[in-house]
Amino acid sequence: MRKPIGWSTLVIAALVAVSAALVWRRDGTDGVLEILTHDLSLFGGILPRVLAGCLLGAFISEILPHEKVSRSLGPKSGLKGLLIGTAFGAILPGGPFTAYPVASALLAVGADFGATIAMVVSWTLIGYGRAVAWEIPIMGTDFTLWRIVISLPLPVLAGSLGRFVYVRMYPKPATKDDET
Amino acid sequence: MSAALLIDILLWGSVFGVGLIAFRRGPPVFKASLREGSMDFINIVPRIALGVIGSGYIAAIIPQEVITGWLGPDSGWLGVATAVLAGAATPGGPVIGFSIGTVALKSGGGVPQVVAYVVAWALFAFQRVILWEIPFMPARFVWFRCAVSVPFPFVAAAIAMVIGRP
Repeated sequence: MRKPIGWSTLVIAALVAVSAALVWRRDGTDGVLEILTHDLSLFGGILPRVLAGCLLGAFISEILPHEKVSRSLGPKSGLKGLLIGTAFGAILPGGPFTAYPVASALLAVGADFGATIAMVVSWTLIGYGRAVAWEIPIMGTDFTLWRIVISLPLPVLAGSLGRFVYVRMYPKPATKDDET
Repeated sequence: MSAALLIDILLWGSVFGVGLIAFRRGPPVFKASLREGSMDFINIVPRIALGVIGSGYIAAIIPQEVITGWLGPDSGWLGVATAVLAGAATPGGPVIGFSIGTVALKSGGGVPQVVAYVVAWALFAFQRVILWEIPFMPARFVWFRCAVSVPFPFVAAAIAMVIGRP
Protein backbone atom coordinates (compact mmCIF):
# COMPACT_ATOMS: atom_id res chain seq x y z
CA MET A 1 0.00 0.00 0.00
CA ARG A 2 0.95 3.63 -0.14
CA LYS A 3 2.94 6.08 1.86
CA PRO A 4 0.73 7.97 4.34
CA ILE A 5 1.12 11.38 2.70
CA GLY A 6 1.30 11.92 -1.03
CA TRP A 7 0.40 14.75 -3.35
CA SER A 8 -3.14 13.39 -3.75
CA THR A 9 -3.63 13.69 -0.02
CA LEU A 10 -2.32 17.25 -0.11
CA VAL A 11 -4.65 18.22 -2.98
CA ILE A 12 -7.62 16.75 -1.13
CA ALA A 13 -6.58 18.49 2.09
CA ALA A 14 -6.46 21.82 0.23
CA LEU A 15 -9.87 21.17 -1.34
CA VAL A 16 -11.31 20.31 2.06
CA ALA A 17 -9.83 23.43 3.65
CA VAL A 18 -11.36 25.65 0.96
CA SER A 19 -14.75 23.91 1.23
CA ALA A 20 -14.74 24.14 5.02
CA ALA A 21 -13.90 27.85 4.76
CA LEU A 22 -16.82 28.37 2.35
CA VAL A 23 -19.17 26.49 4.70
CA TRP A 24 -17.92 28.65 7.59
CA ARG A 25 -18.58 31.85 5.64
CA ARG A 26 -22.07 30.68 4.71
CA ASP A 27 -23.21 28.92 7.89
CA GLY A 28 -20.78 30.10 10.57
CA THR A 29 -19.05 28.00 13.20
CA ASP A 30 -22.25 26.05 13.95
CA GLY A 31 -22.45 24.86 10.35
CA VAL A 32 -18.84 23.72 10.41
CA LEU A 33 -19.31 21.87 13.72
CA GLU A 34 -22.55 20.23 12.59
CA ILE A 35 -20.86 18.64 9.58
CA LEU A 36 -17.86 17.70 11.71
CA THR A 37 -19.95 15.83 14.32
CA HIS A 38 -22.00 14.06 11.64
CA ASP A 39 -18.92 12.99 9.74
CA LEU A 40 -17.05 11.92 12.87
CA SER A 41 -19.86 9.53 13.79
CA LEU A 42 -19.88 8.24 10.21
CA PHE A 43 -16.13 7.78 10.50
CA GLY A 44 -16.49 5.80 13.73
CA GLY A 45 -19.08 3.59 12.09
CA ILE A 46 -16.94 2.64 9.10
CA LEU A 47 -13.65 2.11 10.97
CA PRO A 48 -14.34 -1.59 11.80
CA ARG A 49 -15.13 -2.24 8.14
CA VAL A 50 -11.94 -0.52 7.07
CA LEU A 51 -10.03 -2.79 9.45
CA ALA A 52 -11.80 -5.83 7.97
CA GLY A 53 -10.92 -4.63 4.45
CA CYS A 54 -7.25 -4.18 5.35
CA LEU A 55 -7.06 -7.64 6.93
CA LEU A 56 -8.81 -9.17 3.93
CA GLY A 57 -6.34 -7.51 1.56
CA ALA A 58 -3.35 -8.62 3.64
CA PHE A 59 -4.50 -12.24 3.94
CA ILE A 60 -5.36 -12.44 0.26
CA SER A 61 -1.98 -11.11 -0.83
CA GLU A 62 -0.35 -13.61 1.54
CA ILE A 63 -2.26 -16.71 0.43
CA LEU A 64 -2.48 -16.07 -3.31
CA PRO A 65 0.36 -17.74 -5.21
CA HIS A 66 2.16 -14.81 -6.84
CA GLU A 67 3.29 -16.53 -10.02
CA LYS A 68 -0.19 -17.93 -10.63
CA VAL A 69 -1.70 -14.47 -10.22
CA SER A 70 0.75 -12.86 -12.60
CA ARG A 71 0.06 -15.63 -15.10
CA SER A 72 -3.74 -15.37 -14.91
CA LEU A 73 -4.07 -11.62 -14.26
CA GLY A 74 -0.76 -10.20 -15.45
CA PRO A 75 0.01 -8.08 -18.54
CA LYS A 76 0.13 -11.16 -20.77
CA SER A 77 -3.05 -12.77 -19.47
CA GLY A 78 -5.07 -11.60 -22.50
CA LEU A 79 -8.85 -11.61 -22.65
CA LYS A 80 -8.98 -14.43 -20.13
CA GLY A 81 -7.29 -12.25 -17.51
CA LEU A 82 -9.80 -9.47 -18.10
CA LEU A 83 -12.68 -11.96 -17.81
CA ILE A 84 -11.29 -13.37 -14.55
CA GLY A 85 -10.95 -9.82 -13.19
CA THR A 86 -14.52 -9.07 -14.24
CA ALA A 87 -15.89 -12.24 -12.63
CA PHE A 88 -13.95 -11.59 -9.46
CA GLY A 89 -15.26 -8.01 -9.20
CA ALA A 90 -18.82 -9.18 -9.80
CA ILE A 91 -18.82 -11.77 -6.99
CA LEU A 92 -16.74 -9.87 -4.42
CA PRO A 93 -18.79 -9.37 -1.23
CA GLY A 94 -18.93 -6.11 0.73
CA GLY A 95 -18.54 -2.51 -0.31
CA PRO A 96 -15.71 -0.13 -1.18
CA PHE A 97 -13.97 -1.11 2.05
CA THR A 98 -13.37 -4.57 0.54
CA ALA A 99 -13.13 -3.84 -3.18
CA TYR A 100 -10.23 -1.38 -3.00
CA PRO A 101 -8.01 -3.21 -0.48
CA VAL A 102 -8.49 -6.44 -2.44
CA ALA A 103 -7.77 -4.68 -5.75
CA SER A 104 -4.66 -3.18 -4.20
CA ALA A 105 -3.59 -6.64 -3.01
CA LEU A 106 -4.06 -8.04 -6.53
CA LEU A 107 -1.87 -5.26 -7.96
CA ALA A 108 0.79 -6.06 -5.36
CA VAL A 109 0.90 -9.78 -6.20
CA GLY A 110 1.21 -9.38 -9.96
CA ALA A 111 -2.09 -8.37 -11.57
CA ASP A 112 -1.65 -5.65 -14.19
CA PHE A 113 -3.56 -2.36 -14.46
CA GLY A 114 -5.85 -3.83 -17.15
CA ALA A 115 -7.12 -6.79 -15.10
CA THR A 116 -7.38 -4.65 -11.96
CA ILE A 117 -9.36 -1.98 -13.84
CA ALA A 118 -11.68 -4.72 -15.12
CA MET A 119 -12.15 -5.88 -11.53
CA VAL A 120 -12.84 -2.44 -10.06
CA VAL A 121 -15.17 -1.42 -12.92
CA SER A 122 -16.99 -4.76 -12.71
CA TRP A 123 -17.41 -4.39 -8.94
CA THR A 124 -18.88 -0.92 -9.31
CA LEU A 125 -21.08 -1.59 -12.38
CA ILE A 126 -22.21 -5.23 -12.21
CA GLY A 127 -21.43 -6.21 -8.60
CA TYR A 128 -24.55 -7.29 -6.77
CA GLY A 129 -23.78 -5.57 -3.44
CA ARG A 130 -24.80 -2.01 -4.25
CA ALA A 131 -27.46 -3.13 -6.75
CA VAL A 132 -29.29 -5.23 -4.15
CA ALA A 133 -28.82 -2.86 -1.22
CA TRP A 134 -29.55 0.46 -2.96
CA GLU A 135 -30.27 0.48 -6.67
CA ILE A 136 -33.19 -2.01 -6.77
CA PRO A 137 -35.03 -0.42 -3.81
CA ILE A 138 -34.59 3.11 -5.17
CA MET A 139 -34.61 2.78 -8.96
CA GLY A 140 -36.66 -0.40 -9.34
CA THR A 141 -35.83 -3.91 -10.52
CA ASP A 142 -36.53 -3.28 -14.22
CA PHE A 143 -34.22 -0.30 -14.52
CA THR A 144 -31.48 -1.94 -12.45
CA LEU A 145 -31.42 -5.22 -14.39
CA TRP A 146 -31.57 -3.36 -17.69
CA ARG A 147 -28.75 -1.05 -16.58
CA ILE A 148 -26.64 -4.07 -15.52
CA VAL A 149 -27.22 -5.78 -18.90
CA ILE A 150 -26.03 -2.61 -20.66
CA SER A 151 -22.99 -2.52 -18.35
CA LEU A 152 -21.95 -6.15 -18.93
CA PRO A 153 -19.40 -5.45 -21.70
CA LEU A 154 -17.93 -2.38 -19.99
CA PRO A 155 -15.43 -3.95 -17.51
CA VAL A 156 -13.68 -5.94 -20.25
CA LEU A 157 -13.70 -2.90 -22.56
CA ALA A 158 -12.31 -0.65 -19.81
CA GLY A 159 -9.64 -3.23 -18.98
CA SER A 160 -8.62 -3.56 -22.63
CA LEU A 161 -8.46 0.21 -23.04
CA GLY A 162 -6.40 0.36 -19.83
CA ARG A 163 -3.93 -2.19 -21.14
CA PHE A 164 -3.78 -0.55 -24.56
CA VAL A 165 -2.97 2.85 -23.07
CA TYR A 166 -0.70 1.50 -20.32
CA VAL A 167 1.80 -0.25 -22.59
CA ARG A 168 2.04 2.94 -24.66
CA MET A 169 2.38 5.29 -21.70
CA TYR A 170 4.82 3.14 -19.72
CA PRO A 171 6.82 1.08 -22.22
CA LYS A 172 9.08 -0.30 -19.47
CA PRO A 173 7.60 -2.30 -16.60
CA ALA A 174 6.96 0.17 -13.82
CA THR A 175 8.37 -0.37 -10.36
CA LYS A 176 6.02 -1.26 -7.57
CA ASP A 177 4.58 1.15 -4.98
CA ASP A 178 5.62 4.19 -6.93
CA GLU A 179 3.68 7.34 -6.40
CA THR A 180 3.94 10.07 -8.95
CA MET B 1 -30.19 -1.84 8.74
CA SER B 2 -30.46 -5.53 7.94
CA ALA B 3 -28.57 -4.94 4.68
CA ALA B 4 -25.73 -3.37 6.68
CA LEU B 5 -25.73 -6.34 9.05
CA LEU B 6 -25.61 -8.76 6.12
CA ILE B 7 -22.68 -6.84 4.65
CA ASP B 8 -20.82 -7.04 7.96
CA ILE B 9 -21.48 -10.77 8.30
CA LEU B 10 -20.26 -11.42 4.73
CA LEU B 11 -17.27 -9.17 5.25
CA TRP B 12 -16.06 -10.63 8.55
CA GLY B 13 -16.94 -14.11 7.29
CA SER B 14 -14.60 -13.58 4.33
CA VAL B 15 -11.88 -12.21 6.63
CA PHE B 16 -12.29 -15.27 8.85
CA GLY B 17 -12.22 -17.61 5.82
CA VAL B 18 -9.01 -16.23 4.28
CA GLY B 19 -7.53 -15.87 7.77
CA LEU B 20 -8.14 -19.57 8.35
CA ILE B 21 -6.42 -20.44 5.06
CA ALA B 22 -3.44 -18.28 6.08
CA PHE B 23 -3.38 -19.90 9.52
CA ARG B 24 -3.24 -23.36 7.99
CA ARG B 25 -0.15 -22.27 6.05
CA GLY B 26 1.48 -21.85 9.44
CA PRO B 27 1.27 -19.39 12.33
CA PRO B 28 4.21 -17.25 11.05
CA VAL B 29 2.33 -16.61 7.78
CA PHE B 30 -0.80 -15.78 9.74
CA LYS B 31 1.03 -13.46 12.13
CA ALA B 32 2.88 -11.70 9.31
CA SER B 33 -0.30 -10.94 7.38
CA LEU B 34 -2.11 -9.92 10.56
CA ARG B 35 0.67 -7.44 11.27
CA GLU B 36 0.69 -6.27 7.64
CA GLY B 37 -3.08 -5.72 7.66
CA SER B 38 -2.96 -3.81 10.94
CA MET B 39 -0.15 -1.60 9.68
CA ASP B 40 -2.13 -0.86 6.51
CA PHE B 41 -5.09 0.02 8.70
CA ILE B 42 -3.04 2.40 10.85
CA ASN B 43 -1.57 4.05 7.77
CA ILE B 44 -4.95 4.42 6.11
CA VAL B 45 -6.96 5.80 9.03
CA PRO B 46 -5.71 9.41 8.64
CA ARG B 47 -6.53 9.37 4.93
CA ILE B 48 -9.98 7.87 5.51
CA ALA B 49 -10.56 10.49 8.21
CA LEU B 50 -9.63 13.24 5.78
CA GLY B 51 -11.89 11.67 3.15
CA VAL B 52 -14.93 11.23 5.40
CA ILE B 53 -14.75 14.62 7.06
CA GLY B 54 -13.54 16.36 3.95
CA SER B 55 -16.17 15.05 1.57
CA GLY B 56 -18.83 16.23 4.04
CA TYR B 57 -17.62 19.81 3.55
CA ILE B 58 -17.23 19.44 -0.21
CA ALA B 59 -20.74 17.96 -0.39
CA ALA B 60 -22.09 20.88 1.63
CA ILE B 61 -20.96 23.40 -0.96
CA ILE B 62 -22.45 21.42 -3.88
CA PRO B 63 -26.19 21.53 -3.27
CA GLN B 64 -28.22 18.60 -4.59
CA GLU B 65 -30.46 20.96 -6.60
CA VAL B 66 -27.51 21.95 -8.75
CA ILE B 67 -26.97 18.31 -9.72
CA THR B 68 -30.69 17.75 -10.38
CA GLY B 69 -30.70 20.84 -12.56
CA TRP B 70 -27.94 19.40 -14.73
CA LEU B 71 -30.09 16.34 -15.39
CA GLY B 72 -32.91 18.19 -17.08
CA PRO B 73 -34.85 16.92 -20.08
CA ASP B 74 -31.96 17.95 -22.31
CA SER B 75 -31.81 15.16 -24.86
CA GLY B 76 -29.05 14.06 -27.17
CA TRP B 77 -25.31 13.89 -26.59
CA LEU B 78 -25.10 17.27 -24.88
CA GLY B 79 -27.53 15.91 -22.31
CA VAL B 80 -25.40 12.77 -21.95
CA ALA B 81 -22.26 14.85 -21.40
CA THR B 82 -24.00 16.96 -18.74
CA ALA B 83 -25.26 13.78 -17.09
CA VAL B 84 -21.71 12.43 -16.95
CA LEU B 85 -20.48 15.63 -15.26
CA ALA B 86 -23.41 15.49 -12.86
CA GLY B 87 -22.57 11.88 -11.98
CA ALA B 88 -18.97 12.76 -11.19
CA ALA B 89 -19.98 15.81 -9.13
CA THR B 90 -22.76 14.17 -7.11
CA PRO B 91 -22.05 14.46 -3.40
CA GLY B 92 -23.10 11.81 -0.90
CA GLY B 93 -23.62 8.08 -1.03
CA PRO B 94 -25.74 5.68 -3.11
CA VAL B 95 -29.07 6.89 -1.71
CA ILE B 96 -28.49 10.38 -3.11
CA GLY B 97 -27.08 9.19 -6.43
CA PHE B 98 -29.90 6.78 -7.19
CA SER B 99 -32.58 9.13 -5.87
CA ILE B 100 -31.40 11.85 -8.23
CA GLY B 101 -31.51 9.30 -11.05
CA THR B 102 -35.08 8.33 -10.15
CA VAL B 103 -36.19 11.95 -9.94
CA ALA B 104 -34.65 12.65 -13.34
CA LEU B 105 -36.38 9.62 -14.84
CA LYS B 106 -39.76 10.63 -13.42
CA SER B 107 -39.44 14.29 -14.37
CA GLY B 108 -38.83 13.62 -18.04
CA GLY B 109 -35.10 12.98 -18.24
CA GLY B 110 -34.16 10.77 -21.19
CA VAL B 111 -33.36 7.12 -20.40
CA PRO B 112 -29.90 7.17 -22.06
CA GLN B 113 -29.05 10.31 -20.09
CA VAL B 114 -30.09 8.71 -16.80
CA VAL B 115 -28.10 5.57 -17.65
CA ALA B 116 -25.07 7.75 -18.39
CA TYR B 117 -25.61 9.51 -15.06
CA VAL B 118 -25.85 6.29 -13.03
CA VAL B 119 -22.85 4.71 -14.80
CA ALA B 120 -20.74 7.87 -14.44
CA TRP B 121 -21.69 8.09 -10.77
CA ALA B 122 -20.67 4.45 -10.26
CA LEU B 123 -17.39 4.95 -12.12
CA PHE B 124 -16.17 8.24 -10.70
CA ALA B 125 -18.35 9.97 -8.16
CA PHE B 126 -15.78 12.24 -6.53
CA GLN B 127 -16.80 11.29 -3.01
CA ARG B 128 -16.07 7.57 -3.49
CA VAL B 129 -12.80 8.30 -5.26
CA ILE B 130 -11.62 10.65 -2.50
CA LEU B 131 -12.96 8.64 0.39
CA TRP B 132 -12.15 5.08 -0.67
CA GLU B 133 -10.17 4.65 -3.85
CA ILE B 134 -7.33 7.13 -3.27
CA PRO B 135 -6.61 6.00 0.31
CA PHE B 136 -6.43 2.33 -0.64
CA MET B 137 -4.95 2.24 -4.12
CA PRO B 138 -1.72 3.59 -5.61
CA ALA B 139 -2.50 7.17 -6.72
CA ARG B 140 -1.21 6.48 -10.22
CA PHE B 141 -3.68 3.61 -10.60
CA VAL B 142 -6.62 5.75 -9.49
CA TRP B 143 -5.99 8.56 -11.96
CA PHE B 144 -5.28 6.07 -14.72
CA ARG B 145 -8.45 4.09 -13.93
CA CYS B 146 -10.59 7.25 -13.90
CA ALA B 147 -9.08 8.49 -17.17
CA VAL B 148 -9.69 5.26 -19.09
CA SER B 149 -13.23 5.06 -17.63
CA VAL B 150 -14.30 8.39 -19.16
CA PRO B 151 -15.64 6.95 -22.46
CA PHE B 152 -17.81 4.30 -20.82
CA PRO B 153 -20.82 6.30 -19.59
CA PHE B 154 -21.09 7.46 -23.22
CA VAL B 155 -20.82 3.84 -24.44
CA ALA B 156 -23.57 2.86 -21.98
CA ALA B 157 -25.77 5.71 -23.26
CA ALA B 158 -25.15 4.62 -26.85
CA ILE B 159 -26.13 1.02 -26.03
CA ALA B 160 -29.24 2.35 -24.26
CA MET B 161 -30.17 4.37 -27.37
CA VAL B 162 -29.80 1.28 -29.54
CA ILE B 163 -31.63 -1.29 -27.42
CA GLY B 164 -34.33 1.07 -26.14
CA ARG B 165 -36.20 1.44 -22.87
CA PRO B 166 -36.16 -1.07 -20.02
